[in-house]
Amino acid sequence: MYSRSLTLAIAGSIAWALLAGAAVAAAAVVAPGKESNEVARGAYLARIGDCEFCHTAPNGKPFAGGRAIATAFGVIYSINITPDRDTGIGQWSEQDFYKAMHTGISRDGSHLYPAFPYPWFTKVTRADVDAIKAYLDTVTPVAQDDKPNRLPWVLRWREELFGWNALFFDEGEYKNDAAQSAQWNRGAYLVQGLAHCGACHTPDNWLGGTKHSDAFEGGSAGLHWAAPGLGVNIRDGVGGWSAAQIVEYLRTGANAKSASAGPMSDVVMNSTQYLSDADLNAIAFFLKNRPNDRAKSPPKTAALGTEALAHGQALYLDNCTGCHNPDGRGVPKVFPPLTGSAAIQTDNPGTVIHVVLAGSKMAAPSSLPTGLSMPGFGWKLDDREIADVLNYTRHAWGNRAPLVDAETVAAVRKDIEPSDRPSRDSGSTTHPDAPVNRANP
Amino acid sequence: MANPLKPVDIVLVGFGWTGSILAERLTQTGLEVLALERGKFRDTVPDFATTQIQDELRYAVRDGLFQDPARDTLTFRNSVDQTALPMRHLGSFLPGVGVGGGGVHWNGQLWRFLPEDFVIRSHTEQRYGKRFIPADMTIQDWGITYAELEPHYDTFDYLCGISGTAGNIQGQIQPGGNPFEGPRQRGYPLPPLKRSYATVLFDKAAKEIGFKPFPCPAANTSAAYKNPLNVQMGACTYCGYCEWFGCGNYSKASPQTTILPVLLQRKNFSLRTHCDVTRINLDSSGKRATGVTYVDAQGRQVEQPATLVICCAWAQHNALLLLHSKIGQPYDPKTNTGVVGRNYAYQITSAVDVFLEEIMNPFMGAGALGQAIDEFNGDNFDHGPEGFVGGGYIALWTTGGRPILQHQLPADAPKWGAGWKKAMADNYLKSASIATHGSVMSYRDSYLDLDPTYRDIYGDPLLRLTFDFHPNEIKMSGFLTKKATSIAQAMKTRSFNAVPRVGHYSIVPYQTTHNTGGCAMGASPRTSVVNKYLQSWDVPNVFVMGSSVFPQNAGYNPTGTVAALAYWAADALKNHYLKSPGPLVQA
Repeated sequence: MYSRSLTLAIAGSIAWALLAGAAVAAAAVVAPGKESNEVARGAYLARIGDCEFCHTAPNGKPFAGGRAIATAFGVIYSINITPDRDTGIGQWSEQDFYKAMHTGISRDGSHLYPAFPYPWFTKVTRADVDAIKAYLDTVTPVAQDDKPNRLPWVLRWREELFGWNALFFDEGEYKNDAAQSAQWNRGAYLVQGLAHCGACHTPDNWLGGTKHSDAFEGGSAGLHWAAPGLGVNIRDGVGGWSAAQIVEYLRTGANAKSASAGPMSDVVMNSTQYLSDADLNAIAFFLKNRPNDRAKSPPKTAALGTEALAHGQALYLDNCTGCHNPDGRGVPKVFPPLTGSAAIQTDNPGTVIHVVLAGSKMAAPSSLPTGLSMPGFGWKLDDREIADVLNYTRHAWGNRAPLVDAETVAAVRKDIEPSDRPSRDSGSTTHPDAPVNRANP
Repeated sequence: MANPLKPVDIVLVGFGWTGSILAERLTQTGLEVLALERGKFRDTVPDFATTQIQDELRYAVRDGLFQDPARDTLTFRNSVDQTALPMRHLGSFLPGVGVGGGGVHWNGQLWRFLPEDFVIRSHTEQRYGKRFIPADMTIQDWGITYAELEPHYDTFDYLCGISGTAGNIQGQIQPGGNPFEGPRQRGYPLPPLKRSYATVLFDKAAKEIGFKPFPCPAANTSAAYKNPLNVQMGACTYCGYCEWFGCGNYSKASPQTTILPVLLQRKNFSLRTHCDVTRINLDSSGKRATGVTYVDAQGRQVEQPATLVICCAWAQHNALLLLHSKIGQPYDPKTNTGVVGRNYAYQITSAVDVFLEEIMNPFMGAGALGQAIDEFNGDNFDHGPEGFVGGGYIALWTTGGRPILQHQLPADAPKWGAGWKKAMADNYLKSASIATHGSVMSYRDSYLDLDPTYRDIYGDPLLRLTFDFHPNEIKMSGFLTKKATSIAQAMKTRSFNAVPRVGHYSIVPYQTTHNTGGCAMGASPRTSVVNKYLQSWDVPNVFVMGSSVFPQNAGYNPTGTVAALAYWAADALKNHYLKSPGPLVQA
């Protein structure tokens, strides 16, 4: 039992990490005649929970499921949660739905994989869960069978989750802390519950369960994306951000300190941009005022050799200064600064490697629609060069972070597809593979 | 042909600046707008990314972003007694292709025409007498005034985040700006770009001889900017790769950097690329368009019905589309009747290369980084003693110092070998060039029609261009070149080298992509294709945009006026035509 649950735990934790993945939001339409405060409230809550994103396949019908969540162990597909009676959850009662949200156990009694973030949703009140169900009952039913997960045989027995739950799952709705303000409690309820921020921003323990002792100290968002900390740490977290900057970031995907990338761009696009000012302020207030939120000591970093540093600096000047400037300060609110950046300084260099290899696009919500993009350098810089330029940016201007080596870059490169050349059907008469200028070491 | 597709309200043929402007404005009405673009989709990343765009061989030498003449070209001749031949390589001008059109690869030199430019015939006749205009010169008033266009120039200035110093705000002349410009309602949204050293020397020399130099208005951002559509731009890095390149830093205004992020999210807008529109379809009366036919990427003919058709293609392509679609009477130079293809015009340029004692660092530049004087543009000076119509600005641009094409050598430098290399090493950092940018008037024998011999890939006749420089333009350009030379002399050069424009127009060397006319606008259907709202006189549910509607060309880069006219027409469409479709001006 023990070993089986261990394996599952790892698979599950990777799946959770991917919850904040990508898709274009398709606005769910409330069916005429069914409009009510309850449904409207449920629609808003579904935005907070980012339900539609995970439960909609790329270019698929809203909430019909089928989004592949790739884990290192296999693929888990989200399920159809439209009110279709045969293939969706049309036959689920409010109680069935609450049980799934609250305990991770499906209508048929089977355990749901924790790719479905019930360890967070368990904190959501019955009234809110019912409102979400009322809203889901109004979305267009889609007849679409769920896809079977592609997992190795050892992971297919959902009974194993019983053991995993016993180890890592704390069931129970959120309880107000009487010592705190209403705003703090609202923030705590959202962050720890429906918004499931910790799914990515809290580290996993070695069994794949959440390390509650390190809540919101940063974690993994899958496919090598490192999620920065949300606590007081300034170096690799948002400790240096004001509450107003946290709100601005969640509303638009950018602020003076940073800009969204990867899965977080999708979270902004599909979820946080729609939140009320009151809820965003509550989230920010809670994050700025968590008890027991203590700064970590900075990492012991190996000394960076002068030669590698010089090489990294030369690469930086040639490739990065056009947007991020020689002093690493970027262009305020346009191109994000690298100085003091949590994304740059996280111990896990996954995000910065990912972004340098494949490029990145900021969220483009209606309040800030540009969607500024950084091109990928994966075709232009090799693993050693990327490690050197990252080590320079992680040590210049007072930044500090553990060293990145070429092998780590290679490992990320293997798992993603760095393709950012201009598309090939252009009117160009030049072969796209013509030699390009390379940065000189 | 495939069955007709589902009708749309408005179809736009071409998706560069004018298509993007029209789409952004017209989608505000809630109507369904479809843009058809013959080229591919392109965006800042990945297509113009800083990782690869600074590739002069690929983009400037091998025409990476332009129309492919093996697919689409025209035939050319200097005069009606010659046989036109197909242009098989791009040369004199470089039409864009793909989303953003020429708005991707332009320099960003953003000017307004002078108030007198819009009333050139009546103004010239009034000031100099009717006989001052040569008999074969077919210039005409535009049917619109600068005052009518001013709000729309302003809209485009603020859309693009123009960097510059205003010269005339509501009639008040401003220090450091162009004192000759028409009154503008407010200053530029951004301060001027940083100066290159060569422009500082030009400025000093021009002032010494009594001119009033000013920084050229630039659609290159001098600082980060957020435009009224909430779209963000970064600050120009002076990389020197504007003209013939896309901008990877979000700092040169283009449809991609100013409009598309908002437009592409609108649910009532759609864009189809690789759609080559070959016809505007008419009903049996010939007075109403029913949509367009295009050839898609698979070579299939597709009929797209629409209630309103707006031609937003490259200037000459708009004229060609009307000719193929039999909208409006084709122009006949023999009888001087008809309108479609009439009044093709261009611009005439010359240069004075200067070789200086000090280092200029030409590689730090921007497409519209320049200092200019406007004393000799339009009718800013007395033409009486000179005996020509028109004028132009004189500017020193520091657009960049690219290794292959952007360098000057003294006239006596060896043309090859070790001597050439030494001359290049001696002069690359210490040279600059003063440019003159002159108007070209329209003439009875400068026009577009269908070629009798050569056909395109679909079997349709190619467009035929008949054009040459006339004595009026050669004289005017010589005058400008002399004035530019006087500034060069005052710049304390080691040497300078005037390169005047002489002889016949040649389609081979690059000069400028400022081709105009063929669908002239005006007050009378006898001399114009479209009315003052850019609406076809003959088929009122067809509108034509772009420099194709210019009745003649002025001494400024045309994009500002092209865009202002597009906003002007969009307003007329929104406020009048769409509420009550029909002719906006009674013929």
